[in-house]
Amino acid sequence: MAKTHKKVVVLPCSGIGKVYGALARETTYELVEKVRPGLATTTCLPLLVINDPEAVALVRENPVITIDGCPKDCAKKSVEAVGGNLAKTYEAIKFYKEHKDLKPEGIAEVNEIGRKLAQVAAAEVAQEIDKLAAGEET
Amino acid sequence: MDIQVQKVGVVSCSGEEIPEGTLCRLACRKVLDERPGETVTICLPLFIAGGEEERTFAANYPTITVDGCDKMCAAKATEMLSGKPAKTLLIPEILKRHGLAPPDKLRHFGPEEEAAVKAVAEEIAQAVDEVLEEE
Repeated sequence: MAKTHKKVVVLPCSGIGKVYGALARETTYELVEKVRPGLATTTCLPLLVINDPEAVALVRENPVITIDGCPKDCAKKSVEAVGGNLAKTYEAIKFYKEHKDLKPEGIAEVNEIGRKLAQVAAAEVAQEIDKLAAGEET
Repeated sequence: MDIQVQKVGVVSCSGEEIPEGTLCRLACRKVLDERPGETVTICLPLFIAGGEEERTFAANYPTITVDGCDKMCAAKATEMLSGKPAKTLLIPEILKRHGLAPPDKLRHFGPEEEAAVKAVAEEIAQAVDEVLEEE
């Protein structure tokens, strides 16, 4: 029988100087606060970098979805480095490529259009969260 | 005569899970934008995910770390994976010194959080000045 999950971890990259890093974070916050509160959760990516026991346990015991802001894939690689349960990976630019009418701008935080794109992205990622929570393959 | 302009590395914790992480990023970004000739940054997880260039960051630049909580991820990761920071700053201590309350939301900072962003950015900028003077 497939294993169901009460939590699905969504981890954005920490990108401090790139619009798609900001989009990754906004999408994550949208999921955690509005779209799947209680089911979607996140943690600070740097906690994995310093091997924080609680953060490492969280990503080992629950399925993890990463959203990276650039091809260096820091979020994905950080989860892999601690033996996390990586279930699905995204690069945030994918969402813009599929919705070219919503071009995000901003570095530390995205602009209003970026927020709309994050809502669209969160709706897509939420479907994967639901599958993982139900124990389905993504 | 050679004129060398030394740059200072500013490493932000990024703390996605706590409001202080957002404050940290915004304040660091403000300093980086206002002092582009004197400051440089790196995304913290690049110490693991990046290559040789990223791992030697703290060897190439005197570095100031800015952390959102007492787990001190930026300071610890920089020292473990790159090199000892020249200075370490902690957001709760900065807010306490300025008599400011910590922010209570993860995103969409506005006028209510402006004083905190400004205070943290000022302390980072002051630390940049101190490091440049020492170099």
